[in-house]
Amino acid sequence: MVNRYFRELSVAAALIVVLTGLAWFAPSFFEPQPLLSRLTAAAPRLVVACGIAIVIVCRQIDISVGSLFAVCSVGAGWLAAAHVPGPLVLLATLALGAAGGALNGGLVAVLGLPAIVVTLAMMVTLREALRLVQQGVFINLPDGVQWFGLPMSLGQLTVCGIALGILLVLNWALGSLAVGRFVYAVGSDAEAARLAGIRPRAVTFGVFVLTGTLTGLAAVMNLVQSPQVDPSTGRLLELEAIAAAVVGGVAVAGGRGRLGGVLAGFLLLTCITPALTYLGVKPYWDKAIQGAIILLAVVADGIRRRRELP
Amino acid sequence: MTVPLLQLTAVAKSFGAVRALKGVSFDLRAGEVHALLGENGAGKSTLIKVITGAHSPDAGTLELAGQRVVQLSPARAHRLGIACIYQQPALFPDLTVAENIALRLEPVTPLRRVAWPARRRQAGELLHRLGATISPETEVRSLSMPEQQLVEIACALGAGARIVIMDEPTASLTQQEVARLFGIVRALRQDGVGIIYISHRLEEIFALADRVTVLRDGESVGTRCVRRENAAGPKRDVAQSTEAMADAPLLTEAQLIQLMVGREVSTLAPPVERELGDVVLALERVGCAASGVQAVTLAVRAGEIVGLAGLIGAGRTELARILFGLTPADSGQIVLQGQRVTLASPQAAVARGIAYVPEDRRRHGLILEMPIAQNIALASHRWLFPGTWLRFGAERTLALNFMRDLGVKAAGPEALGSSLSGGNQQKVALARWLATRPKLLILDEPTQGVDVGAKGELHRIIRRLAQEGMAVLLISSDLPEILSLSHRLAVMRGGTITALLPNGCQASEVMAAALGQTGERATE
Ligand SMILES: Nc1ncnc2c1ncn2[C@@H]1O[C@H](COP(=O)(O)OP(=O)(O)OP(=O)(O)O)[C@@H](O)[C@H]1O
Ligand SMILES: [Mg+2]
Repeated sequence: MVNRYFRELSVAAALIVVLTGLAWFAPSFFEPQPLLSRLTAAAPRLVVACGIAIVIVCRQIDISVGSLFAVCSVGAGWLAAAHVPGPLVLLATLALGAAGGALNGGLVAVLGLPAIVVTLAMMVTLREALRLVQQGVFINLPDGVQWFGLPMSLGQLTVCGIALGILLVLNWALGSLAVGRFVYAVGSDAEAARLAGIRPRAVTFGVFVLTGTLTGLAAVMNLVQSPQVDPSTGRLLELEAIAAAVVGGVAVAGGRGRLGGVLAGFLLLTCITPALTYLGVKPYWDKAIQGAIILLAVVADGIRRRRELP
Repeated sequence: MTVPLLQLTAVAKSFGAVRALKGVSFDLRAGEVHALLGENGAGKSTLIKVITGAHSPDAGTLELAGQRVVQLSPARAHRLGIACIYQQPALFPDLTVAENIALRLEPVTPLRRVAWPARRRQAGELLHRLGATISPETEVRSLSMPEQQLVEIACALGAGARIVIMDEPTASLTQQEVARLFGIVRALRQDGVGIIYISHRLEEIFALADRVTVLRDGESVGTRCVRRENAAGPKRDVAQSTEAMADAPLLTEAQLIQLMVGREVSTLAPPVERELGDVVLALERVGCAASGVQAVTLAVRAGEIVGLAGLIGAGRTELARILFGLTPADSGQIVLQGQRVTLASPQAAVARGIAYVPEDRRRHGLILEMPIAQNIALASHRWLFPGTWLRFGAERTLALNFMRDLGVKAAGPEALGSSLSGGNQQKVALARWLATRPKLLILDEPTQGVDVGAKGELHRIIRRLAQEGMAVLLISSDLPEILSLSHRLAVMRGGTITALLPNGCQASEVMAAALGQTGERATE
């Protein structure tokens, strides 16, 4: 049992070490209000990371989520600025995200193009198109949008709650629904899955659509946190999401990984920055240490894979 | 006595809690074919991997020509003259034959210039020596399985290997190709090469081997002679080997099986006449230009086992692939339970109650990173999980039942597919399709690579499924098997059915029809 969850547990252990260190040296990190703010700010990225993790389990990749996130944010911003009712804004943004994902998925699954190329093209195209259209102008949001019109702390709790809920639902679906099983099967060996009567293309397409939709949701979760929409938002989001998935034990070669691990990996990477600040480490070490953690995770997976498949 | 080429003493190897080898001793002499036999999961492949340096043993010693070797790696084993032809050719598909051979033969110094013209010439010579008509410029991808195997053997020859290991080399060869392979093996033996030969086909062991070592549960249960007169052996060895073997009694097939399984196995029961149900599958002049199948007309009834006999390459697998929607038919009509259907994809076939156990179970038969239980349940979600979510208890029970019936040797239903031996992987792949409860079950060489004990059990399962009302289309190159199991036999040749033979026909009739000799007889 321990063996089976070894990878996830070791990330969780690392997280606990970091948190313990923080509790020891910087107890102020755990003051409720700043902590909640920090978690709320991170929550949308966690949602995207879940989507990316599933894409990677399916042996694909999507590096266009950052750009799609920006497109969804701006789209939602326009609608909200035009006083479209909240639920409609949410639905429209989800649809926009799903459409972006469907475009990726269609090109990858139906035409059989490599995902890295398709989503790279999508990443650049969306970003540049957005710049052309929006010219870097911020969108001011009307009053009722921030925190869904709720008091701030309640709004923050809502955002965090959505992220957690999404994580739990997806985790349950991956483990307990047949579709989840199919994602792992296709990610391990698409041809074997096809011979077993699974439709690898449909599964791949679905996974991209899911990620797009989650990106749309993340954009809304981000939108409600500030009075303005920055059209250049979401830069490097794809890298953060991939990093969280990889550190959390999702195998880059597909076919394995759990969302519990992704959560641990995500929190670990998110806590490293404030931990370093509190510990008085110079800020430019921050990225280097994050990079080292990612490298460590990949190396660990490589060693494990070599042991298991001689 | 001269020193053996290879001597293993008390070699042990464990994978976690699984003890794959528990102190096996084994020796190989120059100029002999030493067969390695045992049930699925007995440890044969593991032993081979110790010899080729792919696994390092936990205990025990390895001596090559009397010299103790420690820290063997695949590269080192290669330099020491050990070559292995694996079940699945390990060639680079995108490179040409000559490039593949050159890569194997070139000493591993990255910055050395490869002498391409010489290498190409050498490749041509090696292939010629093997009697192969393959151009060295062909891409390996476009070669058939037996041709790829020949390229592997050419690599071994070119490297001047003293020890050649063959792990189930005949699994996908036609009779002529097997004969040619045997010729090559005998020639190697003549040259004083030591050959380790693994196969589940006992007749091959008796045709080829000089000695046989039987493994059971990771232990050697004995080394016996199978042939007294080592006629083809090199002269200098004859005296020595006959002297060493003279008093040992020769082994019969039954004794060999007894050694392997530790009990008597009844492999084939006599065929049974039974009431048949409605026609499940009716084919009307079905053809597919791309795969060379033409005008196949055939009916299979519920409860009936129809055997598809024929030589390899006769179009039997191609017909099965049409029925499973892998290469859809482009002419004729397929009627399934009275309904005309087009089978355009495996999903369509599965949805209509067709299951296909492919011949090539080694490559895509199961998902290596999934546990056995999930692998077995993978194609049965529809009936196993009637709600939307998975029921792990039901899945586990299903897996345990099949693992018991087929004798899958594994730590448990949670063991990953990648931890299984080759034959046990095949059993799991079979179980997956047997579990789907199809209306039409197509089996392509179901007992290939499966040990004798499991073979008998499989035959019983196939019969039972038919009795329960399944229509079974059985493709097999094992004549006794197909003769005893089938209610009717369809013989294929050149992509079409050339003869339909009733239950109780003779092997000679089937062979004659398969070879296209006269005396065809149609009964319908
Ligand atoms: N990488 C691995 N991890 C865990 N267990 C393994 C691994 N490789 C082999 N085993 C186990 O070791 C045992 C021996 O396996 P091996 O492959 O040597 O069998 P085999 O005699 O070649 O059988 P077959 O006839 O089916 O090919 C099996 O029980 C198998 O499950
Ligand atoms: Mg084996």
